[in-house]
Amino acid sequence: MIEFLVFGPLIGSLIAGFMHRSIGENSATILATFIVVLGAFISWFVFLDIVPVENGAIVVFDWIISGSLNSQWALKVDSLVKVMLVVVLTVSSLVHLYSLGYMRNDHNWNSGEKYKARFFSYLSFFTFAMLVLVSADNLLQLFFGWEGVGVASYLLIGFYFKKPSANNAAMKAFIVNRVGDFGFLIGIFLIFLYSGTINFFEIFSFFSDDNQIDLLGFKVEEVICFFLFIGAMGKSAQIFLHTWLPDAMEGPTPVSALIHAATMVTAGVFLTCRFSPLFESAPQVSTIVLLVGVLTALFAATTALVQNDIKRIIAYSTCSQLGYMFAAVGAGFYQAAMFHLFTHAFFKALLFLGAGSVIHAMHHEQDVRRFGGLRAKLPVTFFAMTIGTLAITGVGIPLSYYVLGFNFGLSGFVSKDIIIEGVFASKNSYSYHAFVFLIFSALLTSFYSWRLVFLTFFGSFRGKVDDFNHCHEPEKTMLIPLVLLSLGAVFFGSFFEFDFTSAKYQIFSDSIFLSKENTILKDFHYVPVMVKLAPFFAMLIGLSLAIYFYIINPNVPRALANQQPILYKFFLNKWYFDELYNIIFVGSAKKVGNFFWKIGDVKVINGSIHGIGLFIIPYLVTVASRLQSGFVFHYALVMIIGFTAIMSFFIISFYSL
Amino acid sequence: MDYILSLITFLPLLGALIVGLFVPGSDTQSSENAKRVSFVTSIIVFLLSLVMFSEFDKNSSDFQFVEEFLWLGFFNYKLGVDGISVILILLTTGMMPLVFLSSWTTSKRVKEYLISFLILETLMVGVFVSLDIFLFYVFFEAGLIPMFLIIGIWGGQERVFASFKFFLYTLLGSILMLVAMIIMWDLSGTTDITKLLNYEFESEPFYILGVYIPSGIQTLLWLGFFASFAVKLPMFPVHTWLPDAHVQAPTGGSVLLAAILLKMGGYGFIRFSIPMFYDASLYFQSFIFILSIIAIIYTSLVALVQTDMKKLIAYSSVAHMGFVTLGLFSLNQQGIDGAIFQMVSHGFISAALFLIVGVVYERTSTREILAFGGLIRRMPNYAMVFMVLTLANVGLPGTSGFIGEFLSLVGVFQVAPLYAFFGALGVVLSACYGLLLYKKVILGELIKENLKRINDISFREKFCLYPLVLLIIFFGIYPKPIIETYSVTVANYLQILN
Repeated sequence: MIEFLVFGPLIGSLIAGFMHRSIGENSATILATFIVVLGAFISWFVFLDIVPVENGAIVVFDWIISGSLNSQWALKVDSLVKVMLVVVLTVSSLVHLYSLGYMRNDHNWNSGEKYKARFFSYLSFFTFAMLVLVSADNLLQLFFGWEGVGVASYLLIGFYFKKPSANNAAMKAFIVNRVGDFGFLIGIFLIFLYSGTINFFEIFSFFSDDNQIDLLGFKVEEVICFFLFIGAMGKSAQIFLHTWLPDAMEGPTPVSALIHAATMVTAGVFLTCRFSPLFESAPQVSTIVLLVGVLTALFAATTALVQNDIKRIIAYSTCSQLGYMFAAVGAGFYQAAMFHLFTHAFFKALLFLGAGSVIHAMHHEQDVRRFGGLRAKLPVTFFAMTIGTLAITGVGIPLSYYVLGFNFGLSGFVSKDIIIEGVFASKNSYSYHAFVFLIFSALLTSFYSWRLVFLTFFGSFRGKVDDFNHCHEPEKTMLIPLVLLSLGAVFFGSFFEFDFTSAKYQIFSDSIFLSKENTILKDFHYVPVMVKLAPFFAMLIGLSLAIYFYIINPNVPRALANQQPILYKFFLNKWYFDELYNIIFVGSAKKVGNFFWKIGDVKVINGSIHGIGLFIIPYLVTVASRLQSGFVFHYALVMIIGFTAIMSFFIISFYSL
Repeated sequence: MDYILSLITFLPLLGALIVGLFVPGSDTQSSENAKRVSFVTSIIVFLLSLVMFSEFDKNSSDFQFVEEFLWLGFFNYKLGVDGISVILILLTTGMMPLVFLSSWTTSKRVKEYLISFLILETLMVGVFVSLDIFLFYVFFEAGLIPMFLIIGIWGGQERVFASFKFFLYTLLGSILMLVAMIIMWDLSGTTDITKLLNYEFESEPFYILGVYIPSGIQTLLWLGFFASFAVKLPMFPVHTWLPDAHVQAPTGGSVLLAAILLKMGGYGFIRFSIPMFYDASLYFQSFIFILSIIAIIYTSLVALVQTDMKKLIAYSSVAHMGFVTLGLFSLNQQGIDGAIFQMVSHGFISAALFLIVGVVYERTSTREILAFGGLIRRMPNYAMVFMVLTLANVGLPGTSGFIGEFLSLVGVFQVAPLYAFFGALGVVLSACYGLLLYKKVILGELIKENLKRINDISFREKFCLYPLVLLIIFFGIYPKPIIETYSVTVANYLQILN
């Protein structure tokens, strides 16, 4: 069963990739889609415990075995994996379905060019790699999936390979992720060095004894978690390693929904949750995780305020929401991180697919300044995007927990508020500051999310009149995923809150470890009422500001930008990270490379060695050119002379010794 | 089975004789015949080595299929294989058919070309089967000659310069090795490798001309061998012959150079330097690590700015060989397992990469990166193969490239975490130059006029490339058959040494 879930998409990928010529592009893509859809159904049965699965690892075959290093290809399903299975397979199947329509007539390709099967092959391959990642029972297999999704992401970002911007974005994504992977690798090395194993179970049981090993003046767990977190930062686009994510929007929109919103970018969160036993004994790194998460949430939210590309706005929004998840991890509230990961997957995929539908209708225009008033033309899309926005901004009935025993509201309301409460309740010394920043980010989130909706669907159309007249709702294969995801975005928060965060009955008892001192599962309920109300009011303020800025008085944004040019530029240029990195890394790498090559290799090494042979070589060269007589005899002669010389050298040395 | 090693070693030479003596004429038909003879010879040799491998006992660390007889009273002809050499022999004999197939279009002095390659095969296999240091030396050095001719005659514009550079660098290193071998013979009274492995060379420190020699005679001998193997591998800073040699060599020459000849350096370290001069190896451990780290970072950065495809791959080879030396001198199971795996895997990957460059060179007569762009439009299969190879070169898990690098780094991390830390930077850098090359050559819009009619890889080229690609992926997912071949041998070595 679980084998089918993981390897099914691989088979789908191979069918789409290699058999589309023989069975036809359409059947290949439909077959690949069918496999993933089937997988999605099964994953729900597994998640809801309708179908029981074995708890132990299923070993497929050996992978790397060298001395005491022992890793196998194995599939292991525990509660963390079940959640990820549902998220990955559900979103993936809906994206597959959506893509059947979205990729049908892509204007980036000329007629006669085949691209659909390739696209589905990559999508299915991504799904496979992601499932290998989550179902791994050892670090090395997790790393395989980790890099595998990276490659899938690379291939899909660069899917429109004729566009230089797409190729550059793909490369950037891969390389920035590699920087994170470097940290991850060091983490793996450290774990193997100390515990002598890379199997999760054995690692955790090794570190569960309080061994107090010291490394560089820190507890070894701190150092390990630090490096693992660097890996997580790369994959989950946290600040400093986030620069690839906005550029990744060069890929087709369904890809952004699947990989760069719902699944791959959450792999970092998954990793930190998987390693909760280690993070629990690494308080200093947990603080770093908290601060990085908060900073990312804030940074990305401020940048999203002023972006004009519809996909980039959502990309920064993703970045920001991932920051919330890491804030929860840093606060020791892994359950909340997983919960937000779960709900976020649905409403963010919804927002992206909605945006895709707008882009599709607008002939691949992505600038929100050229949209407007599309509400009438795209009612279903409008409805879906509104649901997504309501969910992400956190609309619900505050304090309903006291009455109903659960929080009543859209999914983002439930999961995000829990994170904010948890961060406030955590015993971390920065918890109050983090709380304030997260509330402020929630305000910004509400503002930029509504800005997007208002600019796109309200007011009057600002693009070419023709485009407006011709635009229409997409076909059914694209609308069905929107509707289904909307259901998820509305209900999953309230529905699954108990399962994810109940102190007694939460499902993660077999996978997430909380230390004895960590009582956050209880504490977060007992925060002051103001704390519980704060995100709701932040959302209301953001919403009202957006209404004022973009519906009541549309001249305000421009005036404000003119009034605060420095701040506006700073946000618009994404805090100048790209420019900074270009100078520090890209530029200097080339300069150093050239220096090493032209000075190091050519002048110093060759220069000194050739200098010695300066008088010999020219002479030999003339000899050699004479040698090129073209007669076999001459070459044979050279060989014989060579042999003889060596042999005589031997014999002489023998007798002389 | 008694003489199978001799058979595998000298059958190519017989093939060379047949091509030289019994394929008359120099017209197209006769060169076609010569190609067939060589190809079939190499196939037979490969099959024979597979037979040998199937009989090989992986659970024994002894030398197997040993042959020995005395020649001229002092020349000890002794052959035998253990887990380490057997895998390199398979790599060599398996690569040869691909080399012949890839040079099917050669038209210049075809017979001489084929003869050089066949002789080279004998000499390469000879290096790996020799169990006598002087026999080893003869094969090791004689291999230079056919390679020298291959580069010097069938190479590119600057072939003569490159071939001399190649020859002189490697020869100079080897002279010191010869001196070391003679001293070894003088001290131990034997040239038999199996006996030398059990002989303990003095490691008492002493003074020569007032210079303190830390591990005594071991140090001096170690340095003698190091000079030769470091050039061959190549290690920084004596790597500069390699880019020139690669750029000038014909495709087949580049393939063998990268896939097999470089491995002789690594093989030398594991066969001689480490087991015979263990104290000196320990003493020089950090020295080797530093050179390896420099090789990885320095040459990766240099690769980043190359304008010639072959040069870029050559520099990346140097970087990847850095992982081999890192792993070998970590002197533990993971490190050495990883290093040997890296040698084999780099054999597949670099060979395939040079073949890939050969494909477009044959069509356009240029290797300038800027002369290409957008090839995916006309050459989808080529682009796919190139992608897999790029990812393998980058060390992606799931390809064989990952396993060698990972195990080597794991090994080093256990003895010197800081060096492993810097070595792992190579992971980032290789992605930079690898993907940059791919982007510039394969992706983008196809705008160059002369590329608009370029054809995708032919059936013959597929036949060369696909097996390598499949091996790269297969051993990336299931490396066990390779690792278990030599892991017992390595474990036994380490047990004796510690």
